[in-house]
Amino acid sequence: MVKHDFKLPDIGEGVVEGEIVDWHVSVGDSVSEDDPIVDVMTDKATVTIPSPVSGVVTSLSGDIGDMVAVGSVLVQFDGEVSEVINEISDGIDEQVLEETIEEKNTEATESVIPAIEESKITESVEVSKESISKKPEVNDLMPLNGRILASPAVRRRAREAGIQLDSVRGSGPAGRVRHADLDTYIAVGGTIAGAVPTSYSAKRTDVTEVKVVGLRRKIAEQMVKSSNTIPHFSYFEEVDVTQLEKLRQLLNSTKDESQVKLTYLPFIMLALSKIMPDHPECNALFYDDEGVVNRHSAVHLGIATQTERGLYVPVVKHVETMDIWNAASELLRVANSAREGSASLDDLTGSTFTITSLGREGGLGATPIINYPEVAILGVLKAREMPVVESGNIVVRRIMNLSSSFDHRVVDGADGARLIQHLKMMLENPALIFIR
Amino acid sequence: MGEIKKCQVLIIGAGPGGYVAAIRAGQLGLNTIIIEGDKAGGTCLIRGCIPSKAIIHAAERFESLKEHAKENGHMGLKINSEPEIDMAALVSWKDGIVNRLNKGVEALLTAAGVEILHGWAKFSGPKNCTVTGENQSIEIEAENVIIATGSSHIDLPFMPCDEDNIISSTGALDLQKLPKKIAIVGGGYIGVELGCAFAKLGSKVSIVEGMDSILGIFDRELRRPLEIWLKKHGVEVFTKSLAKSATIKGKGSGKKVDLTFEKEGEEITLKVDKVLVTVGRKANIDNCGIENTGIRLDSSGRFIRIDRQCRTNIPGVYAIGDVSGEPMLAHRASAQGEMVAEIIAGHNRDFDKVAIPAIVFTEPEIVSVGLLPDEAKDLGEEIIMGKFPLAANGRALTLEAEKTGGFIRVIARKSDNVILGIQAVGSHVAELHGEFILALEMGALLEDIASTVHAHPTMAEAFHEGVLKTLGHAIHAS
Repeated sequence: MVKHDFKLPDIGEGVVEGEIVDWHVSVGDSVSEDDPIVDVMTDKATVTIPSPVSGVVTSLSGDIGDMVAVGSVLVQFDGEVSEVINEISDGIDEQVLEETIEEKNTEATESVIPAIEESKITESVEVSKESISKKPEVNDLMPLNGRILASPAVRRRAREAGIQLDSVRGSGPAGRVRHADLDTYIAVGGTIAGAVPTSYSAKRTDVTEVKVVGLRRKIAEQMVKSSNTIPHFSYFEEVDVTQLEKLRQLLNSTKDESQVKLTYLPFIMLALSKIMPDHPECNALFYDDEGVVNRHSAVHLGIATQTERGLYVPVVKHVETMDIWNAASELLRVANSAREGSASLDDLTGSTFTITSLGREGGLGATPIINYPEVAILGVLKAREMPVVESGNIVVRRIMNLSSSFDHRVVDGADGARLIQHLKMMLENPALIFIR
Repeated sequence: MGEIKKCQVLIIGAGPGGYVAAIRAGQLGLNTIIIEGDKAGGTCLIRGCIPSKAIIHAAERFESLKEHAKENGHMGLKINSEPEIDMAALVSWKDGIVNRLNKGVEALLTAAGVEILHGWAKFSGPKNCTVTGENQSIEIEAENVIIATGSSHIDLPFMPCDEDNIISSTGALDLQKLPKKIAIVGGGYIGVELGCAFAKLGSKVSIVEGMDSILGIFDRELRRPLEIWLKKHGVEVFTKSLAKSATIKGKGSGKKVDLTFEKEGEEITLKVDKVLVTVGRKANIDNCGIENTGIRLDSSGRFIRIDRQCRTNIPGVYAIGDVSGEPMLAHRASAQGEMVAEIIAGHNRDFDKVAIPAIVFTEPEIVSVGLLPDEAKDLGEEIIMGKFPLAANGRALTLEAEKTGGFIRVIARKSDNVILGIQAVGSHVAELHGEFILALEMGALLEDIASTVHAHPTMAEAFHEGVLKTLGHAIHAS
């Protein structure tokens, strides 16, 4: 038995510490090599770290929520060093992170290599059979039985889109997944598991303590920072989207199969991208500690997205370059990748203005919190049929409420109002969205 | 201390894994350095695949010339004197090909903007190494490292290669004189390929194999045509035979070797000119400071352990090719190298190949892609199988490719006709493998191939027919 200290490995460039978000083991547990032991969240990602050895956990350092430095001891094991070498499974799928240079490992390796050399010598001619006739290692290849049938191009596209092929229904012969199947899967946004219903008939007395850690803590910090430093002023308006709705219905009924179904959001995104040059003060980042506002000509729209893990704001970049279909499909892509947890760092950073869609559940208005260090945010509420007075008559029109917030330090009330009024004009006369 | 160089990608070894990785990395705009201790091209190009195929081709040509030199000629073509071998000239013709390819590889690397350093690398840390060349020593610090150091010949300790009388495959490709008698210890694909070539050139060849058959990777049916060819050509095969010793006798150019081996309790001694040892290859993990990197080896301790993206346990350090394990094949290394360069450039890649083709250039050639029948059964598959003989293929007859008793065999899943494996044995079948492997990667069903028109007259028709046979309705066979 050998004691083994497992230190937090270097898990990525520039990362010096991480936050423990979940332990998969407790003291006294027997673990096998490659069993997950801990989830650590860094600025960049949450990483599940597997055990480098087989053995019994003798101590854990740090509770959930604690920050740990790279190189500090996380777990101590009583482990068999021989197992370090012998019980390595061949089918590793994920990167095995472990200490970069672990003395014991190196010693073990050195002591085992000569032993193997000797055994080669005594085996003499058998070596030939063993080394030449060994079958290809399975871990290189997709297993032929039970594998998902798909061409290399389809496999690559799925991988790049972060789609697990086994969750896609293949419409080809023998269930072969084709490009068209991926198109369909992407268009419907993949499958999203529904919430599990809970019982509520009995008297409820339980209090559940939920540690505010990981993403939740980051959200909390960000909200406090924004709310405490930015004097928000909010502005509400209602927009008649009767014409926009007609256009939307028309486009949806005439689009071809490759095109994504349009919601209101892509129109709003496109309208914003068209009018932002007239409102540069609203498409900006305010670095208050430096006293500088960077006004951006590019329109990178953050899309507040609810995921099972909490609020994410994936970003649609350069909306000013897009047509309605590009905007819609890119919106779907970034939102899906945020929901699936496959969004890249690039997909999650760089927004210059944020849209939060409060629409699905109804509601009249809200006071959205600005995505710091941006200076403005637009909340979109659900459109509904409303009685409206028009030339002395009551008519039924489709009305959508907009709720916006601005950083009053750098955006004056009149300027904020001007942006929303401009947007209202575009949305009420949707042809304008496509003209300029 | 000399110069310290920094780069984004450092590649150790310019074999088919390393040089491909380097070219791809260069194409992707990564600042790339490749280190090679010998010549760019690696075992494959310098002392493996390419030179052996050159010799094999020459041997084939010589054998057919001998046919035409027989009393009544052959195919109505007759030459009046016996063909002769100038072994030194043959080797220098082979060297010409090797040199041309070696220069080509270096030119491609340079064109891709890759810096080539000649010398031997030694790691001082996972991403730091020193390159020692003829008259300089350079320190390199890299953001990413690709270890592509390849593999080398395994010696038998009681009869180490002197490359004079006891030779490795490297020596066998550089012989200045054809041995009258040669014994090959180890009946794997390297030994048997060279054995066939020597037999064609006119050497008396004996193969000594420890297991109960040569080329144990293949099943009996696939081996059968080769075993018949060896028998017809006077190649003695001793199976279940363990080499014991080799004694060199005589002096100068008259030196001979007594090779002693034990077959089922009985000692046998062969008197030969050369003993070729081909008992396997080992990963080159010694002598480059791997112990200073913390890189972990696999369960056998023989190879660097990698995952599906060729990552080692150290972030940013990758291993590709022979050093990362079986199958030790150049095309696997190249595919891995290309993938790793793309991963380093930020692409999302995974080694998701359905199969890696394996080809043995014996006479007849043997090709296998995907699963052998027994492997499919072991995986719980219920299979259907069809075999189409080359003797029923017109083009094969015109090429005399049917003479070695070859066939194409197709294995498919019974329930949905998905093709699981394809094997071929026969003269000239190696070049057919492209369609086989494409079928597997595309997830082809028997019907996909059956519905594809194959040009007549070609040997590729035999694959089409093999598929039809598997479906139960071959046209040119019953």
